[in-house]
Amino acid sequence: MATILAVDDSASMRQMVSFTLKGAGYVVVEAVDGVDALNKAKAQAFDCVVTDVNMPNKDGISLIKDLRALPNYKFTPMLMLTTESGMDKKQQGKDAGATGWIVKPFNPDQLLKTIKKVLG
Amino acid sequence: MSIDMAQFHQVFFEESFEGLDAMESGLLNLDMGDVNVDEINTIFRAAHSIKGGSGTFGFTAVSDFTHVMETLLDEMRDGRRSVTQPAVNVLLGSVDCLREMLRAIQDGVEVDRHSVDLHKAALDNELNHASSPALLETSLPPPVVEADGADGQISGWSIAFSPHLHLLKTGNEPVRMFRELASLGDLRVRADLQGVPDLYDLDPEECHLSWKLELEGDVPLNEIDEIFDWVEDDCDLAKQPVFAARDAYAEPLPDDWKAESDVQAPAAASVAALPTMESKQPKKEEPKAAAKGSSSIRVDTGKIDTLINMVGELVITQSMLSLIGEHFELSKLDQLKNGLSQLERHTRELQESVMNIRMMPISFVFSRFPRLAHDISSKLGKKIELKLVGEHTEVDKTVVELLSDPLVHLVRNSLDHGIEMPEARLAAGKPETGTVTLEAYHRGGNIVIEVTDDGKGLDKEKLRAKAVEKGLIEPDAVLTDKQTYELIFMPGFSTAEKLTDISGRGVGMDVVRRNIQALGGNIEIISTLGKGSTISIHLPLTLAILDGQSVAVGDETYIVPLGSIIESLNIKEDRLNRVVGKGETFLLRGQYLPIIRMHEIFKVVSARHTKLTEGLLVVVEGQGVRCGLFVDDLLGQQQVVIKSLEANYRRVEGVSGATILGDGSVALILDIPGLVRLANQ
Repeated sequence: MATILAVDDSASMRQMVSFTLKGAGYVVVEAVDGVDALNKAKAQAFDCVVTDVNMPNKDGISLIKDLRALPNYKFTPMLMLTTESGMDKKQQGKDAGATGWIVKPFNPDQLLKTIKKVLG
Repeated sequence: MSIDMAQFHQVFFEESFEGLDAMESGLLNLDMGDVNVDEINTIFRAAHSIKGGSGTFGFTAVSDFTHVMETLLDEMRDGRRSVTQPAVNVLLGSVDCLREMLRAIQDGVEVDRHSVDLHKAALDNELNHASSPALLETSLPPPVVEADGADGQISGWSIAFSPHLHLLKTGNEPVRMFRELASLGDLRVRADLQGVPDLYDLDPEECHLSWKLELEGDVPLNEIDEIFDWVEDDCDLAKQPVFAARDAYAEPLPDDWKAESDVQAPAAASVAALPTMESKQPKKEEPKAAAKGSSSIRVDTGKIDTLINMVGELVITQSMLSLIGEHFELSKLDQLKNGLSQLERHTRELQESVMNIRMMPISFVFSRFPRLAHDISSKLGKKIELKLVGEHTEVDKTVVELLSDPLVHLVRNSLDHGIEMPEARLAAGKPETGTVTLEAYHRGGNIVIEVTDDGKGLDKEKLRAKAVEKGLIEPDAVLTDKQTYELIFMPGFSTAEKLTDISGRGVGMDVVRRNIQALGGNIEIISTLGKGSTISIHLPLTLAILDGQSVAVGDETYIVPLGSIIESLNIKEDRLNRVVGKGETFLLRGQYLPIIRMHEIFKVVSARHTKLTEGLLVVVEGQGVRCGLFVDDLLGQQQVVIKSLEANYRRVEGVSGATILGDGSVALILDIPGLVRLANQ
C-alpha cells in the first residue's frame, strides 16, 4: 500500500488526516511543518504528500516547491490542504508544482476520494 | 467510510486554546501604528488554524466567527489597515469570545449567542470602518457555461486533451484522469503519437502524447471539468457535447425550451453548488457528547528521552546484578555492594525524572497576566509595566492549576490598590509608570512566587484602625508589624475605601490564603509605606512526594514533613513548665513553646516513654506557630510518596496523608498546622 506524508502544524487536523488515511489502509507518516516534512521526505520515499499550506517555519507551497526540485519527487502527487479557495492560492500552488488541492473544511470521504484520484 | 470525528475534538480544543493564548499575547505585543509582520503572522496563523479545524470538525459558528477575525488580521498583515488600539481591543474581545464559544462547545452547553453577535458586530464595524474596496474581490471566477447549441439530448462528450510537455512534473498522471473519466461513463481513448520525437530527442520526463477521448453517457459538464480542473492551464483541452441525432428533427418548441434548461441546469447548479457545498458540509449536530476527556499533559520530548535513558541504565544495572547473583561467592561482595548502590542511584534518578514529567513551567500561569495588566491599566487610566521574572521555573501541574486563581487575585490587588494614579506618583516623586513584578524561583524544596509593586504600600495605622472598626482585634491589642500586615488575610477585611469592579468584592485575601494553605504553602506580606509591597507565596514543588523525617511513637511510625522541622532535642526538667489552660510548655531560648504529646493525641498505648525528659522533642513550625512534638525516637529521613487518606478512608485531623514504608507497613504523614489546632482544642 502506498505511503503518504501528512503535513500539518495543527495536531487535530494531522490526526484526522492520518487516521482517515490509515483507516483506508495507507501507511502514513506525520510531519509538523515544512522543515520537518522536507527532512522526512529526504530520509524516506513517499508515494504522495498531503500538506497544509499555512504553517510556521516552512509553509506548504514552499515545501511543495522544494520537494519538486528533488529527483525523487519529480512526479510524486502532492496535495495541498487550504482554507483559501481563491485563484491566487490555486495559482501559487500550481506554480509550486502541486497536483491538486483539498479545500477546508473537508470530510474524510472527500479526502479519500482525492487521494484515490491522484494515486490511481 | 464513516469516521467518528469526535475523537479529534479534544486535541482540537487543546490546540485551539493554545492558539488563542498565542493570539492574545501576540496582540498585546503589537506596537500601535507599526506593522510587525512576524507578530501579525503568528496571530493570523493561530486564527487560521482554528478556522480550518472548526470548519472540518463541524463547529460552524466558530469558523464563521474566526473568518471575520481572520479577514481583519489579513488586512493588517498586508498593510492595508493600520494597527490601532481600538482594533486591537476588538480583536482581544473576540479572542475572549472565541474562548467562551469553544469552552461552551467542549462542555456541551449552549453558546451565548448574544455575546457572539455583539463581538461579531464589533468586528464587522471595525472591518467596514476604513476598509479597502479591494476586499470585495471575488474569489471564484464566473465559470464558463458552454451550453450553446444544445438542441438535443446529450449522449456523450468528445474531448481533445493535449497536455503540455511539463504536465507530468506536477504529479498529474493522465492515466489516472482517464480512469476517473471511465467511472462516469463508457470511455474510448485514442492516443495521438504524432508529437512523439525520435528516440534521440526524446525526454522521457516530458509528455509528448495527446489523446482523443469519447465519453458516452449523460454526463454533466461540471463532473468532467472537475477532473481536468487542476491541469486546465497545463494542457489544451476541448470538450464537445455529442447529441443523440434522432431527436434533432422532431422537436416542437416547448421541448426545445425544456432541453435547453436541462443542459443549463446542471451547469448552473455547479456554479451555485461550489461555495454553498463547502458551507453546508459541516454537520449541524451540536456535539453534546464532547465530554471532557481525562486531563492530559504536554511533555517536553527531552524529558521523555531522559526517562528512557534512565530506564536503560536501570536495565544494565539489573543485568549486572543478576550476573553477580548467578554464581555468587563471597569474593564478589564488593561488586554486589557497588551494584546495589548503583541501583539505588538509578532508582532515585528515575524517580526524579518521572516526577519531572509532571512539572510544567510557571509561565502557564504567568502568561495570562500581561492581558490582565493591559485591561486593568487601560480601564483605570494607570500606567503600569508588568515584569515577569523566572517564567521557566517549573512546578507540579496540580500546583500550577490551583495557583492560578489566587495569583490573579494578588496581581489585581497590586494593580488596583497598590499602584497609584500617574499624577499621584509624580507628586510623590516616583516615575509615572508603576511597576508590578511577578517573580518565581526555587528555594530548597519550595517554589517561591513573589508579587512586588512599587505602589503606595500598606498603611499600618489604617490597617489597624480598620481591624478595630470591623471588630477583628481589640483596640488595645499589641501587634508586631508582621501581625499587622497579617490582618489583611483575616476574613471580612478589605482595604479598598471603595469597592471597585476590579478587586475588593469582599471575598479576598482570606480565600487566597486558604487556597495557598490547601496546597501546603504559606503566604507572607512585606510592605513599606510609600514604597510598595511584596507578597510572597511559598509552595512545595510537588504534591506527590515529600521529604520526611520518620519518628517512632511506640510501635507506630509517623512522618514529619522535613520542611517544618526546626530542631530536635532532649528536654531538661528545669525547662518544663505547666501553664494553666495551655497545658505543658517548655522554654527554648527564652520562648515558651507548647508541647504536643504524640502518644496522647494518637492514643498510642505502646509508647515507650511517657516522661517528657526521657523521650525526644521535635520542634516544628506550622503557619508561624512553633511547638514541640513529644516522640520516642527519631528514625531516619526519606522521601515518601504521599497517598491520599481522604480518597481511601476519610479526612483525619492532624494527618495530611499516608505512605508505605520500605518494609511494607503504613505510616501516617503529620499535618503540622492541623496538629497544632488539634492540640489547642
